[in-house]
Amino acid sequence: MSALSLRNLRKVYQNGFEALKGINLDVEEGDFFALLGPNGAGKSTAIGIISSLVNETAGTVSVFGHDLRREREQAKSCIGLVPQEVNFNQFETVKNIVLNQAGYYGTPRKLALQRTEHCLKQMQLWDKRDTVSRRLSGGMKRRVMIARALVHQPKLLILDEPTAGVDIEIRRSMWDMIREVNSQGTTIILTTHYLEEAESLCRNIAIINHGQIVENSDMPSLLARLHVEHFILDLAQPIAGAPVIAGYQIERVSDKVLAVAVAKDQGLNRLFIELTQRNIEVISLKNRTNRLEQLFMDLVDANPAEAQL
Amino acid sequence: MNYGIAYRTIATKEIFRFIRIWPQTLLPPAITTALYFLIFGKLIGDRIGTVNGVSYMDYIVPGVILISVISHSYANVVSSFYSTKFQHNIEELLVAPVPNWVILSGYVTGGVIRGLMVGGVVALIAQIFADIIVTNLFITLTIAVLTATLFSLAGFINALLAESFDDISIIPNFVLTPLSYLGGVFYSVNMLPGIWQSISMGNPMLYMINAFRFGLIGVTDVDIQIAFAMTVGFIVVLALFSLFLLHKGIGIKN
Repeated sequence: MSALSLRNLRKVYQNGFEALKGINLDVEEGDFFALLGPNGAGKSTAIGIISSLVNETAGTVSVFGHDLRREREQAKSCIGLVPQEVNFNQFETVKNIVLNQAGYYGTPRKLALQRTEHCLKQMQLWDKRDTVSRRLSGGMKRRVMIARALVHQPKLLILDEPTAGVDIEIRRSMWDMIREVNSQGTTIILTTHYLEEAESLCRNIAIINHGQIVENSDMPSLLARLHVEHFILDLAQPIAGAPVIAGYQIERVSDKVLAVAVAKDQGLNRLFIELTQRNIEVISLKNRTNRLEQLFMDLVDANPAEAQL
Repeated sequence: MNYGIAYRTIATKEIFRFIRIWPQTLLPPAITTALYFLIFGKLIGDRIGTVNGVSYMDYIVPGVILISVISHSYANVVSSFYSTKFQHNIEELLVAPVPNWVILSGYVTGGVIRGLMVGGVVALIAQIFADIIVTNLFITLTIAVLTATLFSLAGFINALLAESFDDISIIPNFVLTPLSYLGGVFYSVNMLPGIWQSISMGNPMLYMINAFRFGLIGVTDVDIQIAFAMTVGFIVVLALFSLFLLHKGIGIKN
């Protein structure tokens, strides 16, 4: 069953801007799905419509088979939203924020208290339960929003840039928490600007640009379409110029750094053999850009025909 | 979906909100109205004598209580709901399967309870200065609840349509306050010259204040039935308009 199905979804704002141009999208139950796109592409509008924060101009949204227009209550009950911006009452305690949200979903008090405790413990916030939320750090505030979104046990969790602005350590711990939620059966839709995050977490992906879906496939298939990868080589000794090796585009970045473009069918072995023969010792190797980032840039490029896919 | 739980959650949150900040919400009206009673009722009122057969102090008490109910029920909903919009907390309700009428009822309940609590505080202060024995408790309470409901709804609409904090102070300052004071709080409409009497009869607050005065001390300038019908009529119209705005998402979506 589709956890989410969008059909011909269109949104034209009052100023005439067409944010969504009739998109179609399906997310399967249990999936960990990435919805990516540059700023202004239409991601937030799509999420706004799905979560009832924005009125659509045309098209349909179906959540676990419930039409958002005709079966609003059932459809909404399936969704948990973690928005981009902090949107809880900053004068309220952590516990009350989560508890009240359970109340809005009609959860009886006793059960709401149990679930609040569970969600706050899951997000490692139980010891902060009586803290007024404005006193929390940025990472904690984001975890409060995840706990709040989970308290009614949604089948579909939408995370709109959940790790924006948090440091790498907290981001990694949040990834673990989100993975755990997904492993328990909750379908997750993630939007993020950290493409490493999408590559690491998600199984399927859609890229939206100028209000249209420009790519929709599973992550391995998409990454397999990357023909050329770019690497940075750190050298042991300084080098005067870039070596010329047939089949590889090599560029000298600085005294001890080379950038190499490697076609996927060539591999790296011959490169290292040739470098060794020239007495060039490589001490480390890394991707110049994240692989998904490279594909993403290609796909949202103004001229898709030039994309290296 | 249990709507009762959702309603109780919103209403309880609203009630705790104004109780938590009682020095801002419940204390000021006690001080302001004590000064009204002291200056207008006691010092000036003793020289005025009686109005419609009762002492001036007794005459102004119902009006002062009711304008406190009006201003605080309105202020509670307009400030709370606009802040909810401003901080985007409203999204917590919009994503949840809470019907619009439950959202409206929850906020209006908060406004009504605050209006009645402030009215109760003012009534207690009034007892220090006046000796009022309630004539008709049913009419007194009913008109107080209806008036608080009406102005809570008005505050809700104001908050929905407001785009800045300035917008939530315009109506209270330039509409509610003048209409309240010109609604016969400190005088009988019969004391006015002909044309002003007719103009005053177009002020809906005059009817509510007089109906409340009738319930409290048995004196009125207007027909009580008309006052009740008018108040209920306004409630129905404003409730339907609020639900229409919520349905369209005006002021809260996009």
